[in-house]
Amino acid sequence: MSKSTKPKLSVWKFASCDGCQLSLLDSEEELLAIAETLEIAYFVEVSRATVEGPYDLALVEGSITTQHDAERIQAVRRAAKYLVTIGACATVGGIQALRNFANIGEFVSLVYASPQYIETLSDSTPVSAHVAVDFELRGCPVNKAQLLEVLTAFLAGRQPHTPADSVCMECKRRGTVCVMVAQGTPCLGPVTHAGCGALCPAYARGCYGCFGPKNMPNTAALTAEWRRQGVSGRDVRLALRTFNVGAEPFYRESERHEL
Amino acid sequence: MDGEAILEYTDLSQLLSVLHGYGYTVIGPTLRDGAIVYDEVETLADFPVGYTDVQDAGTYRVARRTDDAVFGYTVGPHSYKQFLHPAVVSLWEATRTDGEMTIRTTPAPGAKYAFLGARSCELHALAVQDRVLYQGAYPDPVYAAVRESLFIVAVNCAHAGGTCFCVSMGTGPHATSGFDLSLTEVQGEGAHYFVVEVGSERGGEIFRQVPHRAANADESAAAERVVAEVAGQMGRTLDTDDLRDMLYRNLEHPRWEEIERRCLSCGNCTLVCPTCFCTTVNDVTDLSGQHAERVRTWDSCFTADFSYIHGGSVRASVRSRYRQWMTHKLASWIDQFGTAGCVGCGRCVTWCPVGIDITEEVRGIRLTDGALSGQP
Repeated sequence: MSKSTKPKLSVWKFASCDGCQLSLLDSEEELLAIAETLEIAYFVEVSRATVEGPYDLALVEGSITTQHDAERIQAVRRAAKYLVTIGACATVGGIQALRNFANIGEFVSLVYASPQYIETLSDSTPVSAHVAVDFELRGCPVNKAQLLEVLTAFLAGRQPHTPADSVCMECKRRGTVCVMVAQGTPCLGPVTHAGCGALCPAYARGCYGCFGPKNMPNTAALTAEWRRQGVSGRDVRLALRTFNVGAEPFYRESERHEL
Repeated sequence: MDGEAILEYTDLSQLLSVLHGYGYTVIGPTLRDGAIVYDEVETLADFPVGYTDVQDAGTYRVARRTDDAVFGYTVGPHSYKQFLHPAVVSLWEATRTDGEMTIRTTPAPGAKYAFLGARSCELHALAVQDRVLYQGAYPDPVYAAVRESLFIVAVNCAHAGGTCFCVSMGTGPHATSGFDLSLTEVQGEGAHYFVVEVGSERGGEIFRQVPHRAANADESAAAERVVAEVAGQMGRTLDTDDLRDMLYRNLEHPRWEEIERRCLSCGNCTLVCPTCFCTTVNDVTDLSGQHAERVRTWDSCFTADFSYIHGGSVRASVRSRYRQWMTHKLASWIDQFGTAGCVGCGRCVTWCPVGIDITEEVRGIRLTDGALSGQP
């Protein structure tokens, strides 16, 4: 087999649901172009055929939750020239980081019939807690267009353009009526990182904060307004404790509200 | 045409038909997602007939009226800037073929619009944007392509909103210029008509094709009463006396810190503002590396990236961003363009998710004029 001159792409899975990897597969119209410009060297969700490293680009999905994975991420880093985390799990620990604020032993005993076989770390940590990360892509799951932006930026040798502004900016640009002001729907949009295209408010739902905190999020002011509009402390706490609970501004704010 | 004319409610759809006949895409108020927004309207049925809005800081609700008013509300989340100065627009594209680069200016997406229902504050906002994007030495081609063929049917407000303060800013409620036609809706004792004023030759040409009759003195007086009553109903006031200098001498006022605690720096106020015009440009490439595009997008002085230059953001704190925005609107805009950048429409007050009220913030600073922040 002739050696490809295309940059080698690898895609890795750690503790995650596969949704972010699937965003790459969902890029149906661009898949051929991706295959033409990058050698898909390691992507076991797609093909058993794998090519050994080193890799020019590694996309890493999932958080680190076991000793085995803590060692594996080191190997991935060593094999990759440019490492990008894709999604909330790899970037901040994901929904499974809820364990970080509870007793892991209790979770294990409740979830598994034979907990004695489970070997797990007490915390779910982001990839950046273990190895150097070149770029972090937010979202649960990541946005397909932003994922393509990461690939095209990598190929062009520039920084990906993924602004850390609020989701509100995306709502306003697409002309969506503010669900919080016009309907009194609690929305995390004003403190949440843009990137999804303001999907939920476009369907009359409040933002769930899938992309984590925006730059300088004023979570205290937003939740004070939620409370004023009648949202219970418990609901504020739960809203902030989802996919991005591992993000310090969301967790810290959640702690201020009693269950 | 001399004097004012009467257009019966039942003939309003004729005006729409004539505008459509002239090839205009008519943009009017319409009910969507719990708000009165601006979008393409085909018939009178698209208008929020019998609806009003109830507004206050950080809250907006649509409500039923007890009558069939066509324009019985104020301004909503949208403004006309989305049509003249679109939120996202491609400026140019570059393609590389066999090593040769071709750069092509993206044609301005211009359209022939008629705005039906523009309020006085919005006409003033249009004039503000005209000064920035149309009348200067470097008109913006995207804006100009729409502005040149624009037809404006103004509506005099028959109702003031909870966050309205056009009277304070001297921008309303009576539309006095900048329109092709203006309508004042009058209802009562079984009557429902619009008192029409023609503001341009083109307006006259269009209106001559719509059934109408001359207004009598009583009808003209009724329209004047509507506008006079509205002027007394403003939900907010803003004392503009010495405003520019008052703000300039309070750049270190403790109020800015206090605002920082409440402000989300989400950017909503700037994007709903009908005069805010700031944009950013971003170059987009494709996977092949053979095609690039420069895209212009609405931006906001509330983001960190907005003032980012080599090494960091010039306005790193939220306090400095709010201060920049408010002092620009109410003070330095005057130095730059000769008028304030605020038209008193109240959108920034209503659509702030936490209800920060520019009129209240000015009042707060004025109350302790000269106070100094303890912070450096």
